[in-house]
Amino acid sequence: MVLATDIQVAQNIGFGIIAAIMVLCAVAVVAARNVVRAALALVMVMAGAAAQYVLLAAEFVAVTQVLVYIGAVMVLFLFGVMLTRAKLGAEAELNNKNWAWGIPVALVMFVVMAWALVDGFEDTRLGGTVGDAAPQDTAVISDLIFKPYVLPFWALSFVLLAAVIGAIVLARKD
Amino acid sequence: MLVNEFLLLGAILFCIGVYGVIARKNAVMVLMSIELILNSVNINLLAFDRLHGGSDGNVFALYIIAVAAAEVGVGLAMVLLIYRNRKSISLDELSEMKG
Repeated sequence: MVLATDIQVAQNIGFGIIAAIMVLCAVAVVAARNVVRAALALVMVMAGAAAQYVLLAAEFVAVTQVLVYIGAVMVLFLFGVMLTRAKLGAEAELNNKNWAWGIPVALVMFVVMAWALVDGFEDTRLGGTVGDAAPQDTAVISDLIFKPYVLPFWALSFVLLAAVIGAIVLARKD
Repeated sequence: MLVNEFLLLGAILFCIGVYGVIARKNAVMVLMSIELILNSVNINLLAFDRLHGGSDGNVFALYIIAVAAAEVGVGLAMVLLIYRNRKSISLDELSEMKG
């Protein structure tokens, strides 16, 4: 039996609006004829993803998303765009010759995934009420990172070190 | 809220990203599409985390964000190198690695 409090109208409306903005901006990322415009649409997708993380009661990941993606990765992207392109206007040749093959591939993939998800999870509800959930304690996350997941954490720090050194070696002029 | 709302949003973003990887020729645009794919995976991880009531999904999502940042750094450095050598970053001109 579904109680009125289980439906969570406000959260669903918020989710719907943010999801619609995210999908529209994601289409803009892959369809824009201007690289800078695509990068700005990507910012909207990242911000929408951060909002969905808040809706999923994962505040720490949401803040990290804003810091790392919207702060750092987008600056990298804009630098990449500006350094590899003399002019900022529209580009005629952003797509492959046979770009249309991507549409059936993506559609078939989506239909298969949507069928599997709808068939598998039907109307499983998220535990508790999403809006009123206790925030994920950052202390709990740090306990997880530094106790059971400390080995991947070490590996990740080596990956980041290698990435920094690799990027410097690749991009320097000599 | 249904878990499927988040999972379907992730699926839509994933498919849009896959289309971008297939259709785009500009290397920077391909990297942006890969970012879309990684974000959709993060949404999935956090939805499952919420469904099962742990915090492990948050840790996985944080690791994915870190790996994505490293990937973008190295990827853009490579794009810059290719651009410096060839004055072009269109991916279908890079055919020297063919045997």
